[in-house]
Amino acid sequence: MLDDFFWRALIGGIGVALVAGPLGCFIVWRRMAYFGDTMAHSALLGIALALLLDIDITLGVFAITAAVAFALLLLQRQRALPTDALLGILSHSTLALGLVLVAFMAWVRIDLLSYLFGDLLAVSRFDIALIYGGGIAVLVILVVIWRPLLASTVSEELAAAEALRPERARLVFMLLMAGVIAIAMKIVGILLITSLLVIPAATARRFASGPEQMAVLAAGLGACSVALGLFGSLEFDTPSGPSVVVAALALFLASLLRAMFQRDPLQGASPNKGRGMT
Amino acid sequence: MQVKPAENNGPGAPAQSPGPAQSPGPAQSPGPAQSPGPIASAGVPPETSQGAAFHQAAPLIEAKGLGVARGGRWLVRGVDLAIRPGEIVTLIGPNGSGKSTTVKALLGILAASEGAVVRRPGVNIGYVPQKLTVDWTLPLTVRRLMTLTGRHAAAEVEAALGEVGIAHLAGAPVQQLSGGEFQRALLARALIRRPALLVLDEPVQGVDFAGEIALYELIRDIRQRLGCGILMISHDLHIVMGQTDTVVCLNGHVCCSGTPQAVTESAEYRALFGSQAASALAIYRHHHDHVHRDDGSVVPGEECNHHDHEHDHA
Repeated sequence: MLDDFFWRALIGGIGVALVAGPLGCFIVWRRMAYFGDTMAHSALLGIALALLLDIDITLGVFAITAAVAFALLLLQRQRALPTDALLGILSHSTLALGLVLVAFMAWVRIDLLSYLFGDLLAVSRFDIALIYGGGIAVLVILVVIWRPLLASTVSEELAAAEALRPERARLVFMLLMAGVIAIAMKIVGILLITSLLVIPAATARRFASGPEQMAVLAAGLGACSVALGLFGSLEFDTPSGPSVVVAALALFLASLLRAMFQRDPLQGASPNKGRGMT
Repeated sequence: MQVKPAENNGPGAPAQSPGPAQSPGPAQSPGPAQSPGPIASAGVPPETSQGAAFHQAAPLIEAKGLGVARGGRWLVRGVDLAIRPGEIVTLIGPNGSGKSTTVKALLGILAASEGAVVRRPGVNIGYVPQKLTVDWTLPLTVRRLMTLTGRHAAAEVEAALGEVGIAHLAGAPVQQLSGGEFQRALLARALIRRPALLVLDEPVQGVDFAGEIALYELIRDIRQRLGCGILMISHDLHIVMGQTDTVVCLNGHVCCSGTPQAVTESAEYRALFGSQAASALAIYRHHHDHVHRDDGSVVPGEECNHHDHEHDHA
């Protein structure tokens, strides 16, 4: 089965989605979608530098995205510019730097589109091992830091006051994000990674009544999106990454329809009228 | 139970009158038992007198010359205060006087710029923050909120919610609670940790008057039951004066601190709160008078004058 490129992509893609779902929930809860986007865009710079220095591409991407995340945290602390301006600067300048650097390296021929939008054919057995090995590591670490990370998502101060060390949890979370971007790059491409993180989590919100439930649902919905998207990609000869994202979007729209035809599941759970639900 | 005259080391400190003639002298005896007259001892509300033993205990947490500066400006400076087991300490002061900053520095949320915070090793802290909005995207029931920072059995969770009177809301999303319900949920969340030190930053925010009194009674009950130290920020002078062991009055620095009675009599406090202070005092005095009638030694009408008079010479 693994001899067939399609099955390799499917197995790899599902592995990525299972990890992206729970991590994506935190991105949604912490309002970090653009933060994730910026990290993902900087992956191209990582690819270019890895080619330049002749090191493993996954490693290069992990190092650069993590570095960009830390740079952002430091710049945020200075408060010279608002966060969205910082994200705009870093996101596009790292992407542009990567593109320019790749253009300079006349001696390497890379298929830029496959990095930007994902490539079904490019998933090797080694990639599958990397996705599942790295993915399991990411999930295990996420489970370990779950309580401090969730507590600091609700209130950074509360977590700090009750000795849960929110700074450390956030730092580890950044590294996990960098890890997921490095392993997800091949499947959906760096321009679309955030969608695999955010859309299944947003869909899961409609059905979840607790954070853990939402994380599991997001993983499942992400896996469904990958399967649907890749089969569609095979059927209609469309690029794999965008097809997966379109499938995720379809599931999200379906959840919206369900919400429209049904009374919102969040209403009526409490005897009280809503307190500023925004 | 002693009044520390403020050191004028704060930023832009208001006009102060540190002279002993206006403020109660630092030489005042520390305990109600040793107080010079029956008036002073009777001035301790009955519900707090039982907590007198905490003065012998080592502090749970202590600030020594604590100062926090941000952006080249001192938010608060020169804070000395300690919370002992079973003691209720309340921080009062105008907006921007550094109450929240002091609490956050004590809890380690903010780093101190000078001075030190000494925490008894292994002290379990329960914190009720001033403001907490849970994003709608996070599905969180009241029951799940209880185990946010620590693992607790289902029975413990139900018991804690029952203690604050919201057991029926266990399954409700926190985003749908009213102000008072959410405040109780946050209190239950802090209580379930069986804290040695409970810290409340304006615990009655967004709560109506009746709910406010109920919440303060609940907080007092908690102290009785858990024997924990309580550090509280409050705006409600009336209730503070009635239900606290120690009041610390902040305005960028510690203006004055001591028993509610001693603080209400200090000139710094009156300068800071003006007419509000006077009314809090009146209500407090009323309480005071009542205690006195039991003694039968003082005529309520004369008592106030007599009291002030005595302190002026102290």
